[in-house]
Amino acid sequence: MKLEGKRAIWSEYQKEIADDKYFYVRSCIRQNFFPGSEVAFLRIMKDILKKDVFEHPCHTTCSGIGYHGDVVPVETAMTVVARQFAMMTEAGYRNYVPSCITSFGLYTEILETWHHFPEIEKKVREQLRKATGREFEIPNNLAHASDVIYKFRKEISAKAKYRLINKNTGEPLKVVDHIGCHYSKMFPSKGVGGAEYPCVLAGMVEEWGGQVIDYPERRHCCGFGFRQYLVQANRGFSIACSKEKFESMKPYKPDMIITNCPGCPMFLDRWQYVINEMEGKTYGADGEGIPVFTYEEVAGLILGFDPWDLGLQMHQTDCEPLLRKIGIEYDPEAKYVLNGVNTNINASTYLEVR
Amino acid sequence: MNKHVVVIGGGVAGMEAAGQLMLSGCRVSLFEKDEKPGGHLNEWFKLFPDRRKSSEVKEYLDNITSGEGIKIITGKTIEKIVQNKNQFHVSDKDGSEYTADAVVVATGFDLFKSARKEEYGYGIYDNVISSADLEGMFRKGSISLADGRIPETIGIVHCVGSRDEKVGNLYCSKLCCATAVKQAIEIREHLPSAKVFCFYMDMRMGGALYEELYRESQEKYCINYIRGKVSEVSENITNKLVVKVEDTLAGRPLKMELDMLVLMAGMEMSEGGMKIAAASGLPTGENRFFSTADHHFGSNKSNIKGIFYAGTCTMPMNITETISHARAAVMDVIEYLKEGKE
Repeated sequence: MKLEGKRAIWSEYQKEIADDKYFYVRSCIRQNFFPGSEVAFLRIMKDILKKDVFEHPCHTTCSGIGYHGDVVPVETAMTVVARQFAMMTEAGYRNYVPSCITSFGLYTEILETWHHFPEIEKKVREQLRKATGREFEIPNNLAHASDVIYKFRKEISAKAKYRLINKNTGEPLKVVDHIGCHYSKMFPSKGVGGAEYPCVLAGMVEEWGGQVIDYPERRHCCGFGFRQYLVQANRGFSIACSKEKFESMKPYKPDMIITNCPGCPMFLDRWQYVINEMEGKTYGADGEGIPVFTYEEVAGLILGFDPWDLGLQMHQTDCEPLLRKIGIEYDPEAKYVLNGVNTNINASTYLEVR
Repeated sequence: MNKHVVVIGGGVAGMEAAGQLMLSGCRVSLFEKDEKPGGHLNEWFKLFPDRRKSSEVKEYLDNITSGEGIKIITGKTIEKIVQNKNQFHVSDKDGSEYTADAVVVATGFDLFKSARKEEYGYGIYDNVISSADLEGMFRKGSISLADGRIPETIGIVHCVGSRDEKVGNLYCSKLCCATAVKQAIEIREHLPSAKVFCFYMDMRMGGALYEELYRESQEKYCINYIRGKVSEVSENITNKLVVKVEDTLAGRPLKMELDMLVLMAGMEMSEGGMKIAAASGLPTGENRFFSTADHHFGSNKSNIKGIFYAGTCTMPMNITETISHARAAVMDVIEYLKEGKE
């Protein structure tokens, strides 16, 4: 593989990302799946990078999950999104940063639609006005939260306590970067690096010391794909997708997976446990599972955040081997301690190291 | 006649036009941007359908342009044509100006830059090459992978940059199917044990002896034709290319491991032609090639009397058609110069 070829493509797909004053909107599902990630993003942005990030308490779902699940019509989705933009406008912000990849895809799709069909935007404005009395401005800048971390990857690297390096061998960790489908597959020019060779996560990994693996099924869906999972009859297809990816990445002996979508870490993490239960298979080196992280978790780890503050105890595929590999100092006994109380559930549903 | 005609472009069309103009009694200045004339012919090894060596055609063109009436100026890129009454002032990018009684634009085509089809991995994966790269291997007499090994399985992707809305080219480049069949046969001639798969949308073999070549490729050379468009290419840990394609006749998706993938790059209006068009008030069509005065009766005429077109600057065409088109352009030029310029 010629890295310079990828770099040439990356140079063509660089997008404008605002450098401060963000209106941040959370995901519907991430706080249940990986509850420390969005908190970590806010901590990195506000405490470490000293940026102005605003959250509105009345923010709701963007309805993207229903839109892509075929239960919410596009006009309804547009009006919901218009309401979010109205809140941004009222709060005095213009740089919109969604936490969720599907939200980012939906916002992008809607803004593109309004750009090409202004009569639809006009109609949505009327609908919002009639329903809520609100008006809105189009954001000056729309960037996914992973775009923002990508933008500040060097600043984060400069403040990092750890690097993505195996402390025993001194070698870069081998990292699978998995991009959410709705990030740039629909609108390649809106994603850092485009759709075929996105570099939003690869850029973070390289900057933080790791080495990205290019494996054959890197473009493949994680298995969430709403109708694959939300429709119960299709769940076999969901796990089959994940399995296809694991089989494809296994020969490269990856140390970890980094993701930027709400569903991907959930499914890549949980399905590893299920496949192990069903077939006794694991996909990491030495019979281990491959730990799966959100980009905020990885940023938090290298910045020295406590792994349990990042919510790594919520992962079903064990992360501790990787923490030891990097040499991260942490207290294994504090894993389930919450407000001084040990809440150890002694879970049996946990993919052990071996 | 002693009229001076400038021909812009020293490929097949430009050389043929220049030679025929000289035979008709004109003084000709032939401008070529590269260091030697011949255009894409210089890069090709053999031509379809009879697999004649491209050097034979080049030799013919060199012969007809070797007379005293033709001045061949290489390494000069013409960028603009300005009409001043009955004269045309042609200028290059260094600002030098040349005067002519008529101009033949024969700026040809550029091969589609295969890296634009990002999903195929040209420029990223070592063993994804273009049809032009394969011709280079034919010229050297050996087909090998980047690490020097001999490929055993080779895929050929048709319509790369042609009939493709995503890259903005809705038209058929017309020559890629025949090139693919020719190259598939040549691969088998070089590597008799190699397996060759052609991934096509439609086989467009509309030319003399093309269909026969296609049949021969299947019956004699055992080329496999799979009707479906390649969706993505990647590389596995053993450096084999993993190709995903739908076999639309069998109605099933395929995932194949191949040693080498050859992309049949389509034809696009040349960059030089685009610059001349923009600077000289010569309109281009939806496909970005030069628009001719009339599709049926004026395919060599531009919107400006005295400026004529020859060859693939107007649309994709093969060498036989290019030579005929260049000769037709010469007839129009002569008629224009004889009949008066008004």
